[in-house]
This record gives sequence, structure tokens and C-alpha cells, in this order.
Amino acid sequence: MTRVAVLGVGKVGTAIARAALAAGHEVTVAGSGDPEPVRFITEIMAPGVAVAAARDAVVGSDIVVLSIPLPKLASLDPAMLTGRVVLDAMNHWEPTDGALPAIFDGHESTSEAVAAHLAGARLVKALNHVGYHEMEADARPAGAPDRRGLAAVSDDAAAAEAAATFVGSLGFDVVAATPLAAGRALEPGSEIFAGSFAEAEVIARLEAAGAAVHAPERSQAAR
Amino acid sequence: MQLGVYSFGNQATDPATGKLVSTAQAQRDLLEAIELADQVGLEFFGIGEHHTEEMPASAASVILSAAAARTKRIRLGSAVTVLSTDDPVRIFQQFATLDALSNGRAEITAGRGSSVESYPLFGYRLEDYDRLYSEKLELLLRVNEQPVVTWSGSVRPALEEQLVVPRPDRGSLPIWLGTGGSPNSTVRAGQLQLPVSYGILGGDPARFKALAELYRRAWAAGPETTRQPLISVGNPGFIGETDRGARDTFWPAWYRSMSDIGKRRGFAPPVREHYDIEAERGALFIGEPEQIANRIVRLHGAMGHARQFLQMDFLGLPQRDLLRSIELLGTKVKPLVDAELGAEPEVVPSPLDAVLPSGASPVASAGSAVADPATGAGRAGASK
Repeated sequence: MTRVAVLGVGKVGTAIARAALAAGHEVTVAGSGDPEPVRFITEIMAPGVAVAAARDAVVGSDIVVLSIPLPKLASLDPAMLTGRVVLDAMNHWEPTDGALPAIFDGHESTSEAVAAHLAGARLVKALNHVGYHEMEADARPAGAPDRRGLAAVSDDAAAAEAAATFVGSLGFDVVAATPLAAGRALEPGSEIFAGSFAEAEVIARLEAAGAAVHAPERSQAAR
Repeated sequence: MQLGVYSFGNQATDPATGKLVSTAQAQRDLLEAIELADQVGLEFFGIGEHHTEEMPASAASVILSAAAARTKRIRLGSAVTVLSTDDPVRIFQQFATLDALSNGRAEITAGRGSSVESYPLFGYRLEDYDRLYSEKLELLLRVNEQPVVTWSGSVRPALEEQLVVPRPDRGSLPIWLGTGGSPNSTVRAGQLQLPVSYGILGGDPARFKALAELYRRAWAAGPETTRQPLISVGNPGFIGETDRGARDTFWPAWYRSMSDIGKRRGFAPPVREHYDIEAERGALFIGEPEQIANRIVRLHGAMGHARQFLQMDFLGLPQRDLLRSIELLGTKVKPLVDAELGAEPEVVPSPLDAVLPSGASPVASAGSAVADPATGAGRAGASK
């Protein structure tokens, strides 16, 4: 059991919260301010999850999932995430978000930009490349022949592995890889983002993007 | 259950030349499609404001006004109006004029829209989206409530006891909130006690059941009212004689449209295998009439929605295929849906008719509507 804090209760955040709860984790969600409107949403969209202010949700957690709109990144206090494994499930939707120069600030990939903003956090790009409507529909038990492969990439190999274990528990074969810059292979426009692949195909595409893949033992053990 | 069609305008392929028709011809094609939709008994046609060559329906109220003069029964609305980059007073005037010319058949759906071409076109900044949307929605609702308006905000000059005409015969226009399914927008629609219109583009639409429940609950938490929560659903769809035929006919247009959007947004082109799965059991209602009717009825069981409308004309779809699909929706799908859920009256009910029968307990019914959508709030008023 992992204690998970989900920051952001939109389409993505509510889907991740539901999936994590179903997988047996202890889930606390937080919105941008007062917990009351969030509770109103989760009672129907993710019944069973706890609701708290963002700071309180983070304090008691092993893993933090970021599922706020990328343009709202500046509203997040980086200090509260220092030292924490933070899964960046966000994407840059240029057609609706615009270019966001203040957030990118010269960085090539979104997760590198997010990591720069959240200096001190152990940032992992994960869960951005599975649709919120696929989060539950595509989940399969370990060893299922059609189990979908996903990725968790970070500059911090241990953080990537922790993220891979957590996302794996939701019903996927998850490849841990470094460095965070390889997250470009998971962004909108990438094959992995657009498609649905088995673990070996995800590994091949990550390696083609220059990533070093870590710890496939977990999934081998599961088979 | 009201059935209908929506379009962003489409450059059809001209069978004579194999080339795409002009953006001007696309407007005439749209008018022809609306006329047919009315003739075959459909209840709604929506036009979604877009500003691209492939999707050139930039002036919805103008097309709809021409349609108003040529149709009798069908309701005519936007799907959606990009509220953030337009003037709410002007939007209201245009649709109130449409309402007058169509004898009360006009509707507005206000939303974010799926593309952002209108921001640079009209000189707005995307960063200001939240403020633009919330202030303009407030103004639009106020103009809709009262003819003489006083308002001030940051996104346009203040109004000091200004008269806004024409006024709709019913006193106000039906205004829906359009959303792609965000919980926050759902709660906003419920709290404002406005009808909500969901655009569903991927995955099993039955997963919107929880959102429908959230909407009704947010509505019920508000002040007592005789009006009823009301839900509509728009999604891509196409009807053919057979499942296979429909999917084969629709695929080239879908592929071309999605590849074209993908090129601009950095997405990979669609894959036929995924398309077939979505077409069979996902958000794409593509198939023969009985299959589509069953899926509409099933979705109604989950969401209790009062109206379902389909976007059929993706890039390059020949006009004759669009017209055939509209015809099948009206002549084949509709009778099957009506047989399950009851027929619509000859005069199509306005969303403004979605009121509780006198004597019925107001908001408390929202709970039972969730438990039994078939008899609940979503359908009442819009049917019978």
C-alpha cells in the first residue's frame, strides 16, 4: 500500500485517484484551494478518497501525482514538494494552452521545465501518456497477455523505479528509465503517447530516444 | 429523446473533380444538410464556431438564420459559441434575432471550443481565458435575463442601463454550458442551474454517468427552482446501411481530419484498428441504424440525457454521404429510439420547457433521477 497525494481533480486527477484507490492505495486528493468543492466532486467521481488542502495531502504521502493544467504550474508552491517523488502527469496542449514561454523558459520538454520550477522535487514523468479514459479500461492483472506498457522517466533512477512500481500496481507493465529529458518520447506527438504498446515496444522506443532503461526485473518476476 | 446533428462546417470532396469544395460552398452544403435534417424529423442542428479552411463555419447565427427561413420544426443552435473571444451582447442579439425569425427555435451553447484560432483573430490572449470566460458568461446570462442591463468587468466596457434588443418571445433564450467532461465545468453548470452539453470524443461514453450525477447533485444543492437539470451529448457519428459500410465510408474523412489536426498539434495519425474499436463500442457512433439506436438508448440509461447529436461531416466527406447519414438518422434510427424512449411531440420542446410539473417536489427528484434516469429529470420536459 502506498500513500498517494493527487494534486488536481480534473478529468485526469479523478481518474488516477479512482484507479489508485481500486488498486488498494490510500489516496488523498487536493484542488487549488478550499477542500469543500473538491469533496463535492470526489464523493461522486472518486468515492472513498480522502480530501485535504494540498499541503496536508502532500505531507502524509509517499508519492505525489501532479494532474493540474500545465498553465497553472506557477500556482504550486515548490517548497512543499522538496525531497518527494512527484509524478508529472501533465501535458502541454499547445493549441489550447498557447506556447507558455514563462513555463518553458528555454527548456525543451515539459517535464524538464516542470523539474526546473519544482527544484528539489524528485520529478518523474509518468501517467501523462495514458488517456484518462484508458486508465481503468486498459488496466490488466500482472501477466495478462494484453497488458499495456507504460513508462516512468526521471533523472533520479530510484524515483523512476518507485513511480514504475506504483503505476504498475494500477494494472500496467511500467518501464523505469533515465534521464528525464527522454520524457520527450512520451509527450503529445510521440508514438508512445499516440499509441498503445506492450512493454517490449515501449522499451524499444525509449532506447531509440536515448534513454537508459532500468529494472525490468519487476515485470519479469511478475511473469 | 431529441436527436440531431452538429457541424463545424466541412469542405466536402466534390465527386466531379475529386477536390475539396470552396469554403463558400461549404456554407451552402451546411444549409442543405440542415434542411434535410428538418425534413426527416430530427429535432436539433448545431453549428460549432470554427475559423479554419477545413472547418469554415465561423458565423453560425448567419447560417442558422438562413436555415430558420427554410425549416419548420428543428431547433437551431450553436455547438459551441466560443464565448471568450466574442461579445456577449452581440451573441445575444444575433441569437435573439434568430429566435424571432425561427419562432422560438434558437439556442446558444457557450463553451471553450476545441481550437484557439479566434484568439489571435479577435485580439485576445489565451492566458486570459479563465477571466474572459467567467466574466463573459456572467454578462451573457444577465443580458438573457433582463432587457436593460447594468454590468461592469475587466473584459469589455461597462454597461449602464443599456437596452439590449430584440427580446425573445419567451423572455429569454435557452443557454447551455458546453464542456468536454471536466468535473469543474460540470459543477459550474449545476450551480448556475443551466443545461449542460457534453462533447464526448473518446472512450466509452457511459463513463459520463458519474458526471451526469455530479451535475444533478450540484444543481440540487442550489436554490429551489421549478426548472429541471437537462443534459445533451454530442459526439462523432455516422450512419450507413451496414456497420462495415458505415465504417469504411467514414474512415477516410476521419483519417484525413484527425491527421490534419494532428499535424498542427503534433499528434500521430489515427490507426484503423483503434478507430474500429471506438466505432464499435467507444465514443464514435458509427454503424447501421439498429446498432446506433441501441447505443443511444444504452447511453440514455447511464446519463438520462434529453438530446443526442452527432458530428458526421469530417474533412472531405462527400456531401451525398453526409445527407444519406442524416436521412438514416431521421428515418431509421429515430423510430427505433422513439420505440424505446417515447416519441417527441410535434412542437419540439425548448430547453426552457424543462420544468417540473406543478405539485411535484422540486430538487429532491434529482436523487431519484440518478437512480432511475429513464424516468428522471434529464428526460422530463424534453419528452412529452
